[in-house]
Amino acid sequence: MSALLSVERLSVSFTTYGRRTQVLHDVSLNVPEGAQIALVGESGSGKSVTMKTIMGILPIPPAKIEGGRILFEGRDLLTMPERDRLRLRGTAMSMVFQDPMSSLNPVFTIQDQLGTILKYADRRLGRDRDRRGRYARILEVLGQVRMRDPERVARSFPIMLSGGMRQRILIAMALLSEPRLLIADEPGTALDVTTQAQILKLLKDLVTENRLALLMITHNLGVVRETCGYTYVMNKGRIVEHGQTQSIFDAPREEYTRSLIAAVPRLTGRDA
Amino acid sequence: MSLGTEQEALSNAWQNWFRFSRNPTAVIGAIIVITGVMLAILAPYITPYPDHVGAVVDFRNRHQPPSADHWFGTDNVGRDIFTRVIFGLRISLLLAVVVLSIAIPVGVILGLLAGYFGGWVEVVIMRITDIALAIPPLVMALAVAAVLSPSLVNSMLAISLLWWTWHTRLIYSITRQLRTQEFVEAAETLGASKAHILFREILPNCVSAIAVKTSLDAGFVILIGAALSFLGLGIQPPTPDLGTMVAQGASFLPDYWWQSVLPGSAILILALGFNLLGDGLRDLFDVEDVR
Amino acid sequence: MEFLAFLTRRVLWSVLVLFGLSIVIFTIARIVPGDPARMALGPRASADQVAALQQTLGLDRPMWEQYGLFLTGLSQGDLGRSLLTAQSVNVDIARTFPATFELVLCTILLAFILGVPLGVAAARWKDRWPDNLVRALAIFSAVTPTFFLALLLQILAGYVLNILPTTGRLPASMSFNADVTGLLLIDSLIRGRLDVFGEAIRHLILPVIALGAATMGQIARITRASMIDVSRQDYIEAARAFGVPDRLRMFKYMLRPAFVPPLTITGLEFASLIGNAFVVELIFSWPGMASYGIRAITQKDLNAIMGVVMVSGAFFVLVNLLIDVLVGVVDPRVRIRGKRA
Repeated sequence: MSALLSVERLSVSFTTYGRRTQVLHDVSLNVPEGAQIALVGESGSGKSVTMKTIMGILPIPPAKIEGGRILFEGRDLLTMPERDRLRLRGTAMSMVFQDPMSSLNPVFTIQDQLGTILKYADRRLGRDRDRRGRYARILEVLGQVRMRDPERVARSFPIMLSGGMRQRILIAMALLSEPRLLIADEPGTALDVTTQAQILKLLKDLVTENRLALLMITHNLGVVRETCGYTYVMNKGRIVEHGQTQSIFDAPREEYTRSLIAAVPRLTGRDA
Repeated sequence: MSLGTEQEALSNAWQNWFRFSRNPTAVIGAIIVITGVMLAILAPYITPYPDHVGAVVDFRNRHQPPSADHWFGTDNVGRDIFTRVIFGLRISLLLAVVVLSIAIPVGVILGLLAGYFGGWVEVVIMRITDIALAIPPLVMALAVAAVLSPSLVNSMLAISLLWWTWHTRLIYSITRQLRTQEFVEAAETLGASKAHILFREILPNCVSAIAVKTSLDAGFVILIGAALSFLGLGIQPPTPDLGTMVAQGASFLPDYWWQSVLPGSAILILALGFNLLGDGLRDLFDVEDVR
Repeated sequence: MEFLAFLTRRVLWSVLVLFGLSIVIFTIARIVPGDPARMALGPRASADQVAALQQTLGLDRPMWEQYGLFLTGLSQGDLGRSLLTAQSVNVDIARTFPATFELVLCTILLAFILGVPLGVAAARWKDRWPDNLVRALAIFSAVTPTFFLALLLQILAGYVLNILPTTGRLPASMSFNADVTGLLLIDSLIRGRLDVFGEAIRHLILPVIALGAATMGQIARITRASMIDVSRQDYIEAARAFGVPDRLRMFKYMLRPAFVPPLTITGLEFASLIGNAFVVELIFSWPGMASYGIRAITQKDLNAIMGVVMVSGAFFVLVNLLIDVLVGVVDPRVRIRGKRA
């Protein structure tokens, strides 16, 4: 299996109030085509920074990339021209945001928000699609995330929808431009356990249906066991352990991993 | 905010002081305010012509431009403007102190009650607040000053009558957020009295917001007071008052500019000091936008 | 539908505020030590004259009846008669209000049109020079006494540079009767008098700046804070991650949700704006309601004072009602939930 995304010895630092702190130390990981990979760690372990660096939404400054490469389909995202970078962002590589309550703009309809994203994605990719074509695509994607009444949902403002529905819209948002890599940031942690389980199931189904690669970022090892075959464990800005998910569960090498596993039942509930 | 040991409190105070002293605008504000207060208190001892506070007339020295003898020049009857400006600070500060020491306790208590008890208490208090907000304070003060004769006491009364509303709104919104928090609910479960919860649990959490608001407010009260006396409805001559001095000097503009510009600048600087201090405190306590 | 309910509640509430206002004003007018009729007529009037005036004004009736009369009058839009000239307060206010309305309206619009972009620029270049400039502007405009600013402008632009008129709404040589709306800017266009229009604008410039500087500073400050707050929201980061261009993000995704606080602060600031209009009108000899009010105050014309305060309050209430509608248009959360977020 060739690697769709491969992060090599990535180092990132932050400078705040004149003090430099290194937050990523030589982070390396691989996401093969069509595979489901997990990146696990507590908050503050550096997994969000890794994700933001891959997506290219890290605020620079205060952040600074000290070294390393991020290869997507063999090309280095960090050195490619900004134009090409923009062409990939939100299209070939896309992202499911974490918090359904705060990741949708409260003052625009779903249709408006998805439409704007699609319009600019089309423009970057040189795709020709008119308003009606975009609307059709929006309804299609809303159907894919199992919305029962896509037209009504499209017309709604976020506040009119439940948390679970909003989370599904965030997934739809990521699917709009037929990505090959999906990065999911703690999907569903803001929701109750039942809804979260449904969201994870949906995500898993969509990934298999569309043969997407998935990089799942989470602090919850329980989630990982359900969805991902391979796991990277991150602590204090370093990858401390990686391997098949099952073998990590069966024989964790690091004390840190053991503590994460021990915490599973507690963490499956609401966000701590 | 948890109550730590005394040492923690001490190091906290030290940290606050450290952060405060690194905030240039706040330090400038504090210096202006402290200087203003000191000048006002010491006015009789530091001014060159303390007797010019009264109805003194010295026609030989009228309309003198600023000089070594008269730093701010003299007015149309020959009185030293510097002396009168320093004494004028007294009236402005007195006004701020009196208005705020009436308005803040009233506003805070009403805000606490409305925010904590909710129900009809909230409805009544907040509705009255809304009504009071609809009256422009300056217009109200003008009306009161007109109805009762114009005087300093009446101006203070008129401004205080409306000023509490802003504090009520502020404390109300904070209290409403705090009401459902765990430390309040814990105290309720433990059977603490309402008074204890209001004044020992909730009020301490409002202190920083009140401090910020008070500092900003002092500036605005001074401005309103100056506007009132500019219109001739504040303290009556010959007592020196900054707003009155601007109004009287205005008829000699632009030739004898110092007669109105310098007292006007004094008001501006005093209000600026309170404003910068308030902004600095806001950054320090990290309270939400208060105004 | 919820929006309609929200608006209905706001309208009913506004009526209630006006009712409360009438009580406050009546109370103030009647706590006068001494007799309003005696006050109006002066010490030299005879006891008979005073008694006669008392009777015409209903001052000899019980307090609640007087309030009843006052309220009945108000509900029919009747503010009573001046104690001095016996002329209807309505007529006087109707004559002077358009000038004040024009001044205040231009001020609010200008403060908003300039304040919001300044706030956006400050947020966009946070902690760089545009931000520092806007923050300094906001602080200084807030702490400069309005009368002081008005005087300085009058001296600088009027006398020293001699580029702008410093008194009134039109030059004395110009005769024009604003008989349609009472607003010079509109009536002059209706009548096709471009010369009047130009002069009216020239006369407005200084008073508008003097009156609006503080409000503009406040609007800029609030817009800045609100934009910065919104820029930290997850949905803005999401828009970035999905490749929505910077400019669109700034002006659509951020400005719209950030728009509500500046709107509400404009409503609240409106009270102090009306107050300051009194000072500005006096200094620029603006023939408006505030000038009328000041005269009423110095002459202790109680009914006129009550009328002016009442109309000021009603003006405030009306503007805030309008702002409620605007907030609902901008923010669907208000429309849908039927209350402010």
